[in-house]
Amino acid sequence: MARQRGDAGTNAASKARRQRKKKAKENKTRTVHASIRHDPSKGEESPNRHYANNKIKTTKYTVLSFLPKNLFEQFHRFANVYFVFIALLNFVPVVNAFQPELALAPVVFILSVTAIKDLWEDYRRHRSDKEINHMDCLVYGRAEGRYVEKYWKEVRVGDFIKLRCNEILPADVLLLSSSDPDRLCHIETATLDGETNLKQRQVVRSFFELDCDFDPLKYNSVIECEKPNNDLNRFRGYIIHRSGRRDALYKENLLLRGCTIRNTEEAVGIVIYAGHETKAMLNNNGPRYKRSKLERQMNVDVFWCVIILLVMCLFAAVGHGLWMFQYGDKRPVFDVLGPDGTDLSPIMSAIYLFLTMIIVFQVLIPISLFVSIEIVKICQVYFIHQDMDLYDEETDSHLQCRALNITEDLGQMQYIFSDKTGTLTENKMVFRRCTVTGVEYSHDANARRLAMYQEIDSEEEECTSHGGTLPRRDSVTSHQSARVVLRSQSTKSHRRTGSRAEAKRASILSKHTAFSSPMEKDITPDPQLLDKVNECSSQMDFMRFHSQPMSQLPSDLSDTIDFFIALTICNTVVVSSPNQPRQKVRMRFELKSPVKTIEDFIKRFTPSRLTSGSNNSSSSSLITNRSSNKGCSSLLSSPSAESTLTKLDEEHPSGGLDHTFSPVPLCYDAKALTLEEGELRYEAESPDEAALVYAAKAYKCSLVGRLPDQVTVELPHLGKLNFELLHTLGFDSTRKRMSVVVRHPLTDQITVYTKGADSVIMDLIKPPDTGNSKGKRQKKNVYRTQNYLNQYAADGLRTLCIAKKILTKEEYACWLQRHLQAETSIQGREQLLFESALRLETNLQLLGATGIEDRLQDGVPETIASLRKAGLQIWVLTGDKQETAVNIAYACKLLDPEEEILTLNADSQEACALLLEESLHYIQAKFLCSSTEPATKALHTNLALFDIYSSSSSSSSSSSHTTPFTVHRLGLVIDGRTLAYALDKSLEDKFLAVARSCRSVLCCRSTPLQKSMVVKLVRNKLKVMTLAIGDGANDVSMIQVADVGVGISGQEGMQAVMASDFALPRFRYLHKLLLVHGHWCYSRLANMILYFFYKNAMFVALIFWYQFYCGFSGSAMIDQWYLIFFNLMFSAFPQLITGTLDKDVSAETLQHLPQLYVNGQNSEEYKPYMFWMNMIDAFYQSLICFFIPYFAYADSDVDLFTWGTPITTLALITILLHLGIETKTWTWMNWLSIGFSVALFFTVALCYNASCPTCYSPSNPYWTMQRLLQDPVFYLLCVVTPFSALLPRYFYRACQGTLFPSPVQVGRQFDKLPAETRRNILSLSRVKVGSPLSARPPFLSLTKPFTNDCNKKDQRSFQGSKTTQTKHGPVLQTEEETGRQSPTGTTVGEQGFLDRYTLVPTETDTLPYTKDAAPLSTEQHSPPTKGSECLRKTLELSSWNPSDSVQLSLPPDTDSHCVKYMRNSEEKLGSDHAFHQAHRTKAEDSLHTTL
Amino acid sequence: MGKAKVKPGPLGRRPDNSAFKQQRLPAWSPMLTANSVLPFFYVMAVICMVLGVWLLLTVQSTQEIKVDYTDAGTCNVCLEMRKNVSNAAKSCSCTVRFEIQKAFKGDVFFYYGLRNFHQNLRRYMDSRDDGQLVGKKANLKNPSSYCEPFSKDPSGLPVAPCGAVANSMFNDSFSLTYHGSSGLTAAVPLLRRGITWYTDKNIKFHNPKIDNLTLPQVFEGTAKPLYWQRPVYQFEPLDPNNNGFINDDLIVWMREAAFPNFKKLYGILNRTNKPFKNGLPAGNYSVEISYNFPVQYFQGRKGVVLTTLTWFGGQNYFLPIAYLVTSGLILLVAVVLTVVWWKFGKNGNNMQE
Repeated sequence: MARQRGDAGTNAASKARRQRKKKAKENKTRTVHASIRHDPSKGEESPNRHYANNKIKTTKYTVLSFLPKNLFEQFHRFANVYFVFIALLNFVPVVNAFQPELALAPVVFILSVTAIKDLWEDYRRHRSDKEINHMDCLVYGRAEGRYVEKYWKEVRVGDFIKLRCNEILPADVLLLSSSDPDRLCHIETATLDGETNLKQRQVVRSFFELDCDFDPLKYNSVIECEKPNNDLNRFRGYIIHRSGRRDALYKENLLLRGCTIRNTEEAVGIVIYAGHETKAMLNNNGPRYKRSKLERQMNVDVFWCVIILLVMCLFAAVGHGLWMFQYGDKRPVFDVLGPDGTDLSPIMSAIYLFLTMIIVFQVLIPISLFVSIEIVKICQVYFIHQDMDLYDEETDSHLQCRALNITEDLGQMQYIFSDKTGTLTENKMVFRRCTVTGVEYSHDANARRLAMYQEIDSEEEECTSHGGTLPRRDSVTSHQSARVVLRSQSTKSHRRTGSRAEAKRASILSKHTAFSSPMEKDITPDPQLLDKVNECSSQMDFMRFHSQPMSQLPSDLSDTIDFFIALTICNTVVVSSPNQPRQKVRMRFELKSPVKTIEDFIKRFTPSRLTSGSNNSSSSSLITNRSSNKGCSSLLSSPSAESTLTKLDEEHPSGGLDHTFSPVPLCYDAKALTLEEGELRYEAESPDEAALVYAAKAYKCSLVGRLPDQVTVELPHLGKLNFELLHTLGFDSTRKRMSVVVRHPLTDQITVYTKGADSVIMDLIKPPDTGNSKGKRQKKNVYRTQNYLNQYAADGLRTLCIAKKILTKEEYACWLQRHLQAETSIQGREQLLFESALRLETNLQLLGATGIEDRLQDGVPETIASLRKAGLQIWVLTGDKQETAVNIAYACKLLDPEEEILTLNADSQEACALLLEESLHYIQAKFLCSSTEPATKALHTNLALFDIYSSSSSSSSSSSHTTPFTVHRLGLVIDGRTLAYALDKSLEDKFLAVARSCRSVLCCRSTPLQKSMVVKLVRNKLKVMTLAIGDGANDVSMIQVADVGVGISGQEGMQAVMASDFALPRFRYLHKLLLVHGHWCYSRLANMILYFFYKNAMFVALIFWYQFYCGFSGSAMIDQWYLIFFNLMFSAFPQLITGTLDKDVSAETLQHLPQLYVNGQNSEEYKPYMFWMNMIDAFYQSLICFFIPYFAYADSDVDLFTWGTPITTLALITILLHLGIETKTWTWMNWLSIGFSVALFFTVALCYNASCPTCYSPSNPYWTMQRLLQDPVFYLLCVVTPFSALLPRYFYRACQGTLFPSPVQVGRQFDKLPAETRRNILSLSRVKVGSPLSARPPFLSLTKPFTNDCNKKDQRSFQGSKTTQTKHGPVLQTEEETGRQSPTGTTVGEQGFLDRYTLVPTETDTLPYTKDAAPLSTEQHSPPTKGSECLRKTLELSSWNPSDSVQLSLPPDTDSHCVKYMRNSEEKLGSDHAFHQAHRTKAEDSLHTTL
Repeated sequence: MGKAKVKPGPLGRRPDNSAFKQQRLPAWSPMLTANSVLPFFYVMAVICMVLGVWLLLTVQSTQEIKVDYTDAGTCNVCLEMRKNVSNAAKSCSCTVRFEIQKAFKGDVFFYYGLRNFHQNLRRYMDSRDDGQLVGKKANLKNPSSYCEPFSKDPSGLPVAPCGAVANSMFNDSFSLTYHGSSGLTAAVPLLRRGITWYTDKNIKFHNPKIDNLTLPQVFEGTAKPLYWQRPVYQFEPLDPNNNGFINDDLIVWMREAAFPNFKKLYGILNRTNKPFKNGLPAGNYSVEISYNFPVQYFQGRKGVVLTTLTWFGGQNYFLPIAYLVTSGLILLVAVVLTVVWWKFGKNGNNMQE
């Protein structure tokens, strides 16, 4: 508002200025001058005045504009226009049906409810705006000559502001000075992107050298930068100094509004963008609106209602015309002439009557339907928010519903598209193994340690689940101190037995260092490698001491040390120390969009912000060891290309050994080491970076400090080394690598360290010179590394290659020249930088490779298994390489070892077409006649649930293929390149035909665009409901395309969450969200909508029947008040309560029997025919409700309203009882609402009928209700009518419940059973349900002692070679997978079996943790009571992820603990209830037989 | 919301573990299966049956006689006469005879009935001014627009009472005579008062009161409705409590009937004197009609109805029959369900296995 006024003021000021402003607008850039240079008192006008000031106004309305604007917005909804039209129609005397003022009531009511809601929201926005606008900050005042406190809203572009630690930035500020000696400023951007790690921002280069206090008065540069935009990660511009020199500005120089200053005492900057032009504000977009499938269906039926309405009106109009016609010219005495005394022709009166009837029957189009649906959805969202099961303790976050009107779509999903990393997996990277110079270090101890975490974790979880969460909270405070001790122990002994639970707690404690749970930090080094590192560094130390050139070092040793240096410095990890806790300023900052709707309000109301972190975290000031302060230079200097080069030559003429070497005494060094051990904390932008740094640290090669131009690394023996950081070429997804250019302090060579995806790095490796032995060794090295890489991938590890390159000075100078050019250009800078990076990253020398494990999230396999049982097709779309993806897929049970896998890898379009054709044939040949197979048969007979789905999927087929599509037990694996071909227009149908026949589809190496294309293809072609789930920026497009987008609010920032409709803390919550909430939301809403249609039709039909008795004159026996308020008041509450609270099946059963989800997928609650059935029922019921009172009062002296009021009452009772039949669960709220409705009706009726004898003209129901209540006939009618009206429906429901219960009804019956029986049946039925899927005898047992891991290794290499074979060329890989042993399943050796069989202790006294902790079996459990618990635990354990694989290297003494495998693929779901007794005994029986 | 409290501590955003928020409210979830609804069905059937039989017996104790006099007896002369509008002012009376075979016991109600007269037409029903009828002075001289076109007479005087309803008021009058078996002839005394709702007579209808003016003076300046023969203040000039707007016949008429065929109360048998102490004795009766109301334009019929009432109204067999039929249906359904339950329902619970 103020801004507008301000604009108006300036506009009025002068024409010339306006022109200038126009010119400025046309410009592509913004020019910012310092505002203090222009003294307003002297009439000078700031050139920045056209830019928005910092006052924000997120409100939509002003006092004056509220009414018109709000009404205008509301009339965008067609229904509102319709109802207003009808209300206005009432003011036309010839057609009016009701008292016109009264007819306006409902519309006004609905409109004003919405308006009040909007007003309130706007007021809240206004208040929060005001609060924000009135926050303080320090602005340099020209008059005062110092920084003065000003309100945020007074800040203008060009102002200098001073920021202190923990302050929130009021605007987008260009950093000009910082109290930090390194000219850095740390900010926390959690409010912007949810990333909690500290980010470094740099002072603008030209002000870099300025060491004394920045003096705003001396500033006289002009800043040219881009127009305000919403890209948080881009800022381009340059600063022009008076000298005419230009310096480039980067996003590293810009501090964004809403961020918080950390670790920096003071910083000064100039405001570039203010208020609404800040990037944070430009990123404000409100909640998204989607239209759900159910609503689309509903709209069709609303349309039908309109048709019915028109037909009824037409019928009445024609009837009236005929009725008039029969009297001919002689008008009867009761036929009133028009007001003007002339009589109307039958045709004219028919036309008028048509309009009148529209008014009378308006209730048929339910005015309150839309409002009610909105209310119910808000409540549903509220309940979803409140669900404890969807709350993640670890991150203190719970589910967020961001799109608020598609909750019911959750119950209708058919396809799930999932990302892998961070979605299925934790995205907590754990360093697992590495290859250095072609030698593999398997880190067995490390693997063992990881296993430890799991098993102790499960134990602890057990404890906490028994003991509640209280102790956990208590331990929080004392924990931090304890942890340091623990960690130092662990590094000493290398045998730390930390638990995952502890890790969890630690991560609760320190959310800001998100990637540093002990599990990731404490890496147990491989002894061999450690020795090598030690040897190498000591040798280097020796050489340095003796001033020998480092190049004499054996190359494998130097490579080893380089490998670790690369791990340490080739990243963007920031080091901080936990001693000084980051104090979070607890101030409200309204970054998020202003409340736009009531849903949004609810969203805010529920404490669900994921982003704001807990305040007990810690971090701290940077460890800075650069203490030398440069002299205060008042001149602005900036390093240009030339000066850099000259400096390069001058400063390091002789290697500069002693310059960089920090001469610390050794003893001190050691002390510092132990001291810092517990203190250093790494804040990384991506978790794998942190994992690598921690890994290097385990080898004593630790990152100690990072500054923009240097990295300090501490090496064993060598102490701290400062690497001068010349350039960092950041990671991007096209290059898939990052590089740093450093000057190596020991060799004084300019070295490039590159880290990146193996596929990319391998291509950039310098082809070894095969002539000499070194080259040969290198070749061998590369070859071996590639082998190991394949093996890592097969194990489901994420692989990274590390490479280096040594540049000569000339090469570097040459490259630098062009690079600097690229850096300073404004146009196309990204492209130039990209090219520059490409020039640098060539001819690399391979150092080694790392394998990082990305652990599966808790409960992923179970979730996938039960989602699949729920009839959902799950596709995984990942950017990972094929082998990794396949193995993760096995681990999370997406692919079943018993399944056949179709692998599609094609090099060309033709090959792809051929492949698809072949696979299609194969599928047809194999499965066309397969319906006779016993397995399939069993499947079909079994509860008839699975085949419901299959048939539906085939019925929904829109593809041209004639083959009936059923989901076969096939897996499809396709890689990105092939996918690109397959997504081509010509092949997409074939691809779909193949893909839809497969039970699971895995797309590897797919780009974000491909992901969204796949989703779009499936959604549009198959006409199915799709859900996309992902966590990273690369999933955003997919999330947006899908019907429902789900974001995992994990660790990769907030982009996915921002784009999503629902944000989950964990993948496994999808299970409850879909199966329970989705089902409920869908069935509630579907039933409510159907009920709504029924209710209105039934009510309106009553009036329709009456038209036959009143000459179709449009009179209604139901008083206008009842008619108008019936929907709005009398019958509104019960349906809302039922729509909100009704549970057709309990949450437990829904989770145990995922098959019930099919109900929603097939839209079984709301099929088109159901609308018509409901209509027919409505008409029948209204006939009964009309004619029973009619005949009861026929031939009597009853007057209209004395007869009409009972009908209203009967209709109300009938409608409520109807709801009662449809209500599945009756809580006290249902009872209350129904009681309230009836009471409300009678109260209103009594009051209304007693209030005024003449006011309610034309109807005049004075004292009617009172008399009726004395009339026995009224009560007699109240008994007989509703019963006869509801008899058919009740009968039908009872018959259906008995004869052909729907799965949902079976579920309900199941609910009613006593818990014990339920458990029995569950376990039995699950076996039954499961058996056809696995086509195996339900219980199989075998005894197999564990072997050591050498045979595991064999298998791996076998696996690896196989996959490499299949990788080349178009090979249709359809090997029989039954025997295939998946290396990343629960265990390595016996993968195939273990996937299907849970471990069960053979001896009843073995402990629960058989598999992982056999050696720990010291505790004893008494079999009868603990037996089931044992089982349970094993069930939980069996779901564990690949890291288990190494557990197999148990000592051979496990023979004594004979381990039995039991089939578990289905049982795991029920892990949270005690295991079924019968099942157990059976298991024991079979056990005995085996033994 | 600014005040949204986020509890401190690591689990600050954990939702409350309350039954409501977790949707775990204790609930009764009835299953609609044969075995669960059967008892209810049987009970309902029995209840309806009992009620039905009881009602039937009650209704059978009532007596009713309807006499259509449109063209019966000597009335066909009058009917012909009324066909001609020009004869509207002429009076015509006729007599209709009927016989009561069995004495009417208790209170006997005398109704007049009309068939095919649509008092429930929307425009007709609206054509009245309640404000005028309740005695508001303003409305007396300035009737509501709802009364159009019956609010002003051709000379422009406001009509009182205005509107089509009042205008078309039924204006036949009856006198009932008993012809006893012994040649005794006695006029059957009818109470013509107290035939309205109490609230109508005392609250909804009032004569306008202006100081001490008499009724005719009050109505000075208004016109009688077009079809009326006398102005409203001449209904019963001698009885101020039954004159003007509070005339019982007017009030009864103004309560618009729900259906085109209706009856309206004309009088109640006065049982103070012999031979009517116990109601109407059996015998011959004649009713003399002052035949004014024309019905031939709308193919209507007129009649009189004599009836006794039960506690739930006049002689209407529908309600008991409805109960009996409903009871029968419920029973039928219950039997079907029993069969269903017997055949299938017993093992219904095992279906999910």
